Amino acid sequence: MRIVVDLNRCQGYAQCVPLAPDVLKMHGEEALAYDPNPDDSQRQRVLRAVASCPVQAILVEVDPPADRAVK
Amino acid sequence: MTAASLVADLVAAFKAQGRIVIVGASLAGLRAAEALRDKGFTGSLTLIGKEVHEPYDRPPLSKQVLKGWVPADHTKLPRMRAVDADWRLGVAATGLDRANREVLLANGDKVPYDRLLIATGTRARPWFNAEEAKLEGLFTLRTSDDAAALQAALHADPGRVLIVGSGFIGSEMASVCCELGLPVTVAERGDAPLVGALGGVIGEIAAQMQRAAGVDLRTGVAVEALEGDAEGHVRRACLSDGTTLDVDVVVPSLGSIRNIEWLEGAQLATGFWGLACDAGCRAFDINGVVTDTIFVAGDVARAPHVLYEYEFLSLEHWDNAVSGAQVAANNMVSLETDRCPHLPLPSFWSAQFGVNIKGVGVCSFGDEIVFTQGSVEDRRFAAAYGHRGRIVGAVTFDHGKWLEYYGALIEQSAPFPPPPPGFDQPADTEPIPARFPDPRVPTALPDVVLTGHDPTSRGAEFRP
Repeated sequence: MRIVVDLNRCQGYAQCVPLAPDVLKMHGEEALAYDPNPDDSQRQRVLRAVASCPVQAILVEVDPPADRAVK
Repeated sequence: MTAASLVADLVAAFKAQGRIVIVGASLAGLRAAEALRDKGFTGSLTLIGKEVHEPYDRPPLSKQVLKGWVPADHTKLPRMRAVDADWRLGVAATGLDRANREVLLANGDKVPYDRLLIATGTRARPWFNAEEAKLEGLFTLRTSDDAAALQAALHADPGRVLIVGSGFIGSEMASVCCELGLPVTVAERGDAPLVGALGGVIGEIAAQMQRAAGVDLRTGVAVEALEGDAEGHVRRACLSDGTTLDVDVVVPSLGSIRNIEWLEGAQLATGFWGLACDAGCRAFDINGVVTDTIFVAGDVARAPHVLYEYEFLSLEHWDNAVSGAQVAANNMVSLETDRCPHLPLPSFWSAQFGVNIKGVGVCSFGDEIVFTQGSVEDRRFAAAYGHRGRIVGAVTFDHGKWLEYYGALIEQSAPFPPPPPGFDQPADTEPIPARFPDPRVPTALPDVVLTGHDPTSRGAEFRP
């Protein structure tokens, strides 16, 4: 699956980190580091993390659009 | 039928059946394509990208990718909706024929358009010596392929890594090297890291952070030559102070070059700082006349900004690519009264040495700085930049929650020094000179730059 975090919006509340610790990690006390294309097995955890963000900074591709693979 | 209704019919017909071509298939190109469909554009849409990869995110490349946590091809951008586009990836645009409204491609194809969005971005500035640039072990960082190659080199147990230039990307790479336990030297021509973007006062703090983490930081020096071994692998760097360094990996991090060469001859307002456009993303031609069919977004665009005395602002920031793409898309398919301006408040972030550095506004427009909150010793603080008694920028180190407060003041051109938010004030709240380098002194180019009032910026140059 695919996510991108708007790190201008992110304020380092770290609510997301314990919900998907393999995908979202703190780098120091305030900076968030994350895996932009986590394995699909992380899906439920990532969706919970997305919902937990107080500033809604995590953009997630819920369903890949049908034309994504088209070249 | 009135003229107004005729124009409205034309725009409606264009929205239904027109041809839009987007040159540049990265963040700005993708988000523009999505926004065009959101706005009801149902005509044909073509995205042209020089790289073979589908749109991916670049900020992770210098951080979690180099660290080795995330593979370089795992930063593909989420798609917000279907775009139903014709993707032409792996083929560069090489020319623009404005008379016939065609984009010329490297493979000889011609792609016709009714409206064109230019989002070709920037590339890494290459090492200045073309012979030395061929050495094995020398890398630049801009694309995911670059990141894959550099990541592999950093994880192959190299000896010393040399990073030339200490802007945000150079400093982030040095931070990763420290985390990986690699010996790393940073050579910076200016007085301190980040000095072009944030000035000497903050640069001094950044220098302390680097040295505390174990970086061999050398300021006020240039790397004059690189030498290779018999196999053509870089092994030695010669510095302007007469010293030499044994190195296995060299990464020039000297800012970027705008991808405008393909527009040569198109009579557009291109120059060193990119392609000039109005605040509605419409490109200017070489005489400063606004075009009707050509729009610009992302790193390659520069536009006059009301907050900064209408100087053209050039912004290599993530959110500028997103918001510029959305405004350009709207204005490409809208009547005059529905057009909107793109007047972003510049904002950026950089994670390095365990500290989250964030900023708003154009700090380098300021000549004074004042620490407003927190503690420099603890590396947790906010500082504001002022120019002629007005706040023009702000930076935070691990204090990002306060940035909105300063952003709102900057948007109002509020007085400087700003009223403190009444919490956690440092002992010394007197403004001091921000110590930005003389713009004529060569150093790494900052990624937000006020570039004057000349649409073509032909007088500008990079002096290594």
